[in-house]
Amino acid sequence: MSGLVGKKIGMTSIYAEDGRSVPVTVIEVPDAVVTQIKTAEVDGYDAIQVASFDKKEKNVSKALMGHLNKADAGAKRVIREFRGVAPEGVKVGDVLKIEDIFTVGTFVHVAGKSKGRGFSGVIRRHNFGGVGDSTHGQHNRLRAPGSIGQSSDPSRVFKGMKMAGRYGNERIKVRNLQVAKIMSEENILLITGSVPGTNGGFVEITNLKTEESAA
Amino acid sequence: MNKVDIVEKTVINNENIPDFNSGDTVNVHYRVREGDKERIQQYQGVVLNRKGSGSNQAFTVRKMSGSIGVERVFPLYSPFIAKIEVKKYGKVRRSKLFYLRNLTGKAARITERDPNKES
Repeated sequence: MSGLVGKKIGMTSIYAEDGRSVPVTVIEVPDAVVTQIKTAEVDGYDAIQVASFDKKEKNVSKALMGHLNKADAGAKRVIREFRGVAPEGVKVGDVLKIEDIFTVGTFVHVAGKSKGRGFSGVIRRHNFGGVGDSTHGQHNRLRAPGSIGQSSDPSRVFKGMKMAGRYGNERIKVRNLQVAKIMSEENILLITGSVPGTNGGFVEITNLKTEESAA
Repeated sequence: MNKVDIVEKTVINNENIPDFNSGDTVNVHYRVREGDKERIQQYQGVVLNRKGSGSNQAFTVRKMSGSIGVERVFPLYSPFIAKIEVKKYGKVRRSKLFYLRNLTGKAARITERDPNKES
């Protein structure tokens, strides 16, 4: 099997069966419709394409609507592909529920867009330590990057030097998070630990069986 | 309803939890696991503090063990809590009673309050 798209709602904690308190992320995962099954012969790679989260039909282009109508999916907001050979019996138009893909206790990967942090200095962006002391007469060097290179040889700054700049708002995948609980009536998936992105952001949750198995 | 609240509702179980607040004296029956045997341990003291919201609440209980003050923090909805008994209702003027840590003996007493009469 492959994966599903969800919406990050927020975090809370629940109690495991042995009484431990477990921090969890609440993810809303509505039923997804299989819109296309890609195969190596036709498309060059194997993948399964799913659509979820409703949208108004007037806001979907006719071209895309035509694609969605082939699966009788209706207007959908998020369409994502998950690599891997589609399991037998799954065909275009099928509806995938949380429990079709995930089981409690198994491990998943979660990918999403991280919170944008704007133009950030090297301490936040690259975990630098800053320069020197905050006291002993020193000023304005506390959060500075320090030296960025050598002298007349090489007379330039090496490419890839870690400096201040835009940070966040990029795709981040967190690996090997455990499925804590599934509340299928409410379309809720609980995953232990934290997940990239803001509350309300979309995340892709991948079942590990499709990828290299986790240690 | 907010989806986080739906999840928290599955954790919240108010059946065994009486109404109590800072300044009250409570007896907490706590399940202790030793190997595969389970027994109930009682811990009685003054509630210093209630904190948190939703399913993630906790309270601190302080008692004097001999001459040494002992404080224990219990998660309110922990499945290890078998029962909470309120032994005494106390009249206090703040919600966090951390000042009790600096007081001993007679000074650390809390006047009793009638829970049915709201002052």
